[in-house]
Amino acid sequence: MFDNLSTKLDRAFKTLKGQGSITEINVAQTIKEVRRALVDADVNYKVAKTVTDKIKDEAMGRDVLIAVSPGQLMVKIVHEELTELMGGEKQDINIKGDPAIILIAGLQGSGKTTFTGKLANFLKKQNRQVLVAACDVYRPAAIDQLKVLAGQVGVDVYSNLEEKNPVKIAQEAIAHAKQTGKKVVIIDTAGRLAVDEAMMNEIAEIKRAINPTETLFVVDSMTGQDAVNTAKTFNERINFDGVVLTKLDGDSRGGAALSIRAVVEKPIKFISTGEKMEALDLFYPDRMAQRILGMGDVISLVERA
Amino acid sequence: EKTKTNFFDQLSKAVVGKSKVDEEVLDDLEEMLVHSDVGVGTTIKIIKRIEERVARDKYVSTSELDKILREEVAALLEENSSGKGTELSLPAGIKPYVIMVVGVNGVGKTTTIGKLASQFHKAGKKVVLGAADTFRAAAVDQLIIWGERVGVPVISHGMNTDPASVAFDAVKKGVEMDADVVIIDTAGRLHNKVGLMNELSKIKRVMQKFIEEAPHEVLLVLDGSTGQNAVLQATEFTKATDVTALAITKLDGTAKGGVVIGISDEFKIPVKYIGVGEKIDDLQVFNKYEFVDSLFSQNKK
Ligand SMILES: Nc1nc2c(ncn2[C@@H]2O[C@H](COP(=O)(O)OP(=O)(O)OP(=O)(O)O)[C@@H](O)[C@H]2O)c(=O)[nH]1
Ligand SMILES: Nc1nc2c(ncn2[C@@H]2O[C@H](COP(=O)(O)OP(=O)(O)OP(=O)(O)O)[C@@H](O)[C@H]2O)c(=O)[nH]1
Ligand SMILES: [Mg+2]
Ligand SMILES: [Mg+2]
Repeated sequence: MFDNLSTKLDRAFKTLKGQGSITEINVAQTIKEVRRALVDADVNYKVAKTVTDKIKDEAMGRDVLIAVSPGQLMVKIVHEELTELMGGEKQDINIKGDPAIILIAGLQGSGKTTFTGKLANFLKKQNRQVLVAACDVYRPAAIDQLKVLAGQVGVDVYSNLEEKNPVKIAQEAIAHAKQTGKKVVIIDTAGRLAVDEAMMNEIAEIKRAINPTETLFVVDSMTGQDAVNTAKTFNERINFDGVVLTKLDGDSRGGAALSIRAVVEKPIKFISTGEKMEALDLFYPDRMAQRILGMGDVISLVERA
Repeated sequence: EKTKTNFFDQLSKAVVGKSKVDEEVLDDLEEMLVHSDVGVGTTIKIIKRIEERVARDKYVSTSELDKILREEVAALLEENSSGKGTELSLPAGIKPYVIMVVGVNGVGKTTTIGKLASQFHKAGKKVVLGAADTFRAAAVDQLIIWGERVGVPVISHGMNTDPASVAFDAVKKGVEMDADVVIIDTAGRLHNKVGLMNELSKIKRVMQKFIEEAPHEVLLVLDGSTGQNAVLQATEFTKATDVTALAITKLDGTAKGGVVIGISDEFKIPVKYIGVGEKIDDLQVFNKYEFVDSLFSQNKK
């Protein structure tokens, strides 16, 4: 049903090929194709528009050297713009504090609990004393799930089956961490939709009550156009410090990453690449830009030009 | 933000009395559709169909245009084989009717099974669940809790056991108990993982040793907030298991699930259910006209 990116750009670049300069007319069709390619990579439509407008200006403003074909220049410009948008340098999480408190939030099924286990594992390997807190009181067996994962990585779990208020559980967990000399507490919370007022109030309340050192928004890399709405609302309510992009072991282009970055201007700090506890990576903006663009495709395209 | 009326006004102005819809309006239509995750390919297809209609019918009034657009989009959605599609139904003469539920990680398979079990149970059907996700942490416990909520038996061998043999036993138990429906939960798996996809084919084969036609239904669950990757999911799951129906979850959010239009059209698979929340009653039988309406209502914002 969908052409792949390479075919699309190939078609678009045909328009440009053999032409000495990028003019308004011959660039319009290419820009449209690039925009469609971005949208098919799940970049939000409006973000794609902004990005391609910028690319267009950039293309118009640059003189095309005789040695360089317009097609190649376009690819270069697109790649540069995306990399810049993805946020330049990679950024670490803040684990200062005694204990450092890391709050995890996001939509249902995005991979929060799994990431909580992975982050605990990651920090434990740096010889930090970690406690994970089971604050999802809604999803069936959510607490058991966290217990199993914590068991796999060998960190302690705080849970309270009698308590139905996640704010209280989070506070208890932090007190417990202090008593037991833990240096980092990771708070796993229930999945929630941005439009669920009661649940959004709850997460805001948790954040207010525990004043975390780091708040992370976990998002599925397969998310489509709605990623923008969700990220915006979560950011308005909990002003998160960074984003975790999950399920990148799949074959999604991950355009949501670009949309979120463009809309909330918060760095992506980790990527999750599998169900195993070791499948966690730091985020590299240039790699993500390449993934969205399908750089493998694009590079071969340039070589053929 | 554009309003809905605005959009249709504009669209009509451009097409009324013309044989071709002009570029700018089509760009707007494209924007509206891709914004609901319909995707560029399907969007272009929809636009072509509208152009053809306009060319054929010559004159199109404002009110007709709205209707045409809705009709053309709805036409891409496969008709639900179980009929009009307002009530949950099981085909007559198959007992137990075996449903295998598949999909990528975290889309809502287990929850959908809990809700489905509840609806069948309420309709007086005898239901058996099979906990064949033996991989994800506490997946068996999760299904068991759903089984308790609904009040139906869950067949399980515990974690890290062979999923195919759980499925086999669930089907066997279904026959022994004279159940009407057996629903098999499976572990979430990304469609690009060949080993895991082959496991699904194996689960199917093993069930077929007991009931040759099983599973009678393979329900692919798609997360309504997923973008164009859902097309690849449908492609690979269809290859591995002959998907017969779709469920779209999490439509209680702001995501529109538009990607399903292209999927239903390309693979000729009907959407059967939609998930609209985490509670036991938050499952609805899919109604394509309501779905199309919700697609167009987003521009009201
Ligand atoms: N392939 C893959 N699967 C993942 C990844 N991260 C999480 N998962 C799987 O995605 C599913 C959902 O993950 P969870 O950690 O339960 O998600 P959650 O956000 O805690 O879900 P709720 O608590 O229900 O909102 C599980 O099957 C996980 O094993 C990843 O990076 N890759
Ligand atoms: N808002 C909303 N949440 C849903 C819906 N369906 C499922 N969920 C939630 O999504 C999360 C994941 O659901 P599960 O049923 O565990 O998904 P799954 O596909 O079985 O996940 P894995 O087995 O880990 O692959 C849970 O928090 C559910 O409560 C829905 O229709 N709306
Ligand atoms: Mg969780
Ligand atoms: Mg499940």
